[in-house]
Amino acid sequence: MTAIPVVDEPENPLRRPALVEGKNDFASVTDVVAGVAERRTPKGWYLLFGISIALLLNLLAMIGYLVWNGIGVWGNNVPVGWAWPIVNFVFWIGIGHAGTLISAILFLFRQKWRTSINRAAEAMTIFAVMAAGIFPAIHVGRIWVIYWVFPLPNQMQLWPNFKSPLLWDVFAVSTYFVISSLFWFVGMVPDLATFRDRAMKAGRTLAARLYGVFALGWHGSNRHWVHYEKAYLILAALSTPLVLSVHSIVSFDFAVSLLPGWHTTIFPPYFVAGAIFSGFGMVLTLMIPARRWFGLQELITLNHLDNVAKILLLTGTMVGYAYAMEFFIAWYSGVEYEQFAFLNRAFGPYAWAYWIMVTCNVISPQFFWFRKLRRNPAVLFVLSIFVNIGMWFERFVITVTSLHRDFLPSSWGMFSPTLIDVLTYVGSFGLFFTFFLLFCRFLPILAISEIKAVMPQADPHHDHPRTSPGHAGRAHAHH
Amino acid sequence: MTVLFPKWTNKLPAWLALGAAATGLFVVLAVNYWFSPRHTDVGYQPFQPIEYSHKLHVDLLGMDCRYCHRNVETGPHATVPDADTCWGCHAQVKKDSKLLAELVAKYGNGKADNPSIEWTKVHLLPDFTYFDHSVHVRANVGCTSCHGRVDQMEIVRQVEPLSMGWCLDCHRDPAPHVRPPGVPATRMDWVPTAESIAAAQRRLEWQGDTPPELNPPTHCSACHR
Repeated sequence: MTAIPVVDEPENPLRRPALVEGKNDFASVTDVVAGVAERRTPKGWYLLFGISIALLLNLLAMIGYLVWNGIGVWGNNVPVGWAWPIVNFVFWIGIGHAGTLISAILFLFRQKWRTSINRAAEAMTIFAVMAAGIFPAIHVGRIWVIYWVFPLPNQMQLWPNFKSPLLWDVFAVSTYFVISSLFWFVGMVPDLATFRDRAMKAGRTLAARLYGVFALGWHGSNRHWVHYEKAYLILAALSTPLVLSVHSIVSFDFAVSLLPGWHTTIFPPYFVAGAIFSGFGMVLTLMIPARRWFGLQELITLNHLDNVAKILLLTGTMVGYAYAMEFFIAWYSGVEYEQFAFLNRAFGPYAWAYWIMVTCNVISPQFFWFRKLRRNPAVLFVLSIFVNIGMWFERFVITVTSLHRDFLPSSWGMFSPTLIDVLTYVGSFGLFFTFFLLFCRFLPILAISEIKAVMPQADPHHDHPRTSPGHAGRAHAHH
Repeated sequence: MTVLFPKWTNKLPAWLALGAAATGLFVVLAVNYWFSPRHTDVGYQPFQPIEYSHKLHVDLLGMDCRYCHRNVETGPHATVPDADTCWGCHAQVKKDSKLLAELVAKYGNGKADNPSIEWTKVHLLPDFTYFDHSVHVRANVGCTSCHGRVDQMEIVRQVEPLSMGWCLDCHRDPAPHVRPPGVPATRMDWVPTAESIAAAQRRLEWQGDTPPELNPPTHCSACHR
């Protein structure tokens, strides 16, 4: 915010609703967010955490079983050599994209409403990327030589194939994880310092020390803020291309092959739109219960949910356009294999999966044309679950229906998952929710310092209060 | 304000970052060196069931490798000899040698039911690699290229790593190991000359429309079939 001068805006004729509701001031915002971590652990948290840990242990057991026995324990087999593991990988990595969009792109576009949801969304990104990364790693079969994916000198003179999108994937996903983690951590430093100071005041020395290690000696000096905001801006700029590039590269895993149904140029933008769609779906799934259980309704307001729903409407419709365009191109190209692949998708043996996908991804977001529904948390929550289901089925449809019937009818076959497939997938939710619940319990789940900067109180022009919120960022930098 | 951490911890993040980078580099280099056959396998020299000296038989007596390793020109395995091979000579020669008494005690004197000697394999390739001796001998790659100067060994020892990278080194640049037609692969003291390398190089290249006489493969399925 210091690096880019804020130009004085004229008074906005369409006054935007306040981002923080109720009678909140700086102190109460800190109290509300820090209170989540400071008050006694709710019983419900233990319940959810217990379930998550159980699922996580199940995941570890499944991975152990897989490594011991080999990939044959899954349903993957010729002709469907890529099945649930890749479906799950793309599902999880896609979810991450909403966090990066919120934290980076919305930051660069000065979308101030992002401040209430960016922290949790970034956490979601990181945990989703962790859940995603497991699947290709265990799918290689011999996980003990997984380091072969990296270009390291070795006695075999074995070198990764730089022409392979699978290798690009390794770099895209690992870059994504590193940058997202750094961005999340750097943004959290001032709030960790707040937690540290509050723990110190309350006499909880151990907690103060632990928070203190990660607060990196922050004491909110002007110099700290100048450096912090520069670092934040740089990381936002680094993350922005990743929102588009990571899922483009994931789509190359499919698009660079020659299989009908995969080999299409629409894949990168189509995958990116789908990723953002699925990620915002997951944001709603997580934030609607969180705001209620932790009493954050005044900070994550209905306006925030409304905005997320609008993005769901937009990206869901884009995804629907891509589905339609795939059919159009299949017909327009005149390639009979391509035409067959899409007819087979919609009317073949996996038609049920295709229509689940269309219903959840294209039809369900259309409800968000209505303001009343966009502002109803219960409706939003239910529809967000539909989005999650739909986006998983999208990846299933792309992967399985394209593979199971290719050019040669003699090599056609059907895929069905095994119990191990199902338990591994369910277990990945255990990993995700274990980390997310730990995050909710011990870390600042909202960006305290950033929320303060978008409150009316951050505007120092006392003579004409509640003017354009554009002043807030500048005022904040001067403090 | 209470001080939570002593002042020296200010430098800790930088040191940790440096340490992590150094550790990463060390692990890569350590695995590259200490985990490779260059370190783990070279020098392997197991005791064998009988005290047989290659130095005596090859260097002093001038025996050809192929007397005992008789399938080397025709099959994937060079084969190691059974006791009957020994009796080919020792039925007549040095019948009373003290060292031979050991062979008689263990494997009989040519009339045993099972004359196989349980040699301990020295040059052990993994099961997932395909290797054929005959094709290498036919290209006139010398025994010493892979096995070293066996004629100077009392007990056979592995001198080359036999790692994948080592195989590829030769498959990419075989000229120094390919002998001219007149020099037998089994000759122990042969060293490549500028002429021999140039001659081998010609056999590796297209001569007009004639494809190369030698074409060592470097693709995966050459050895991993």
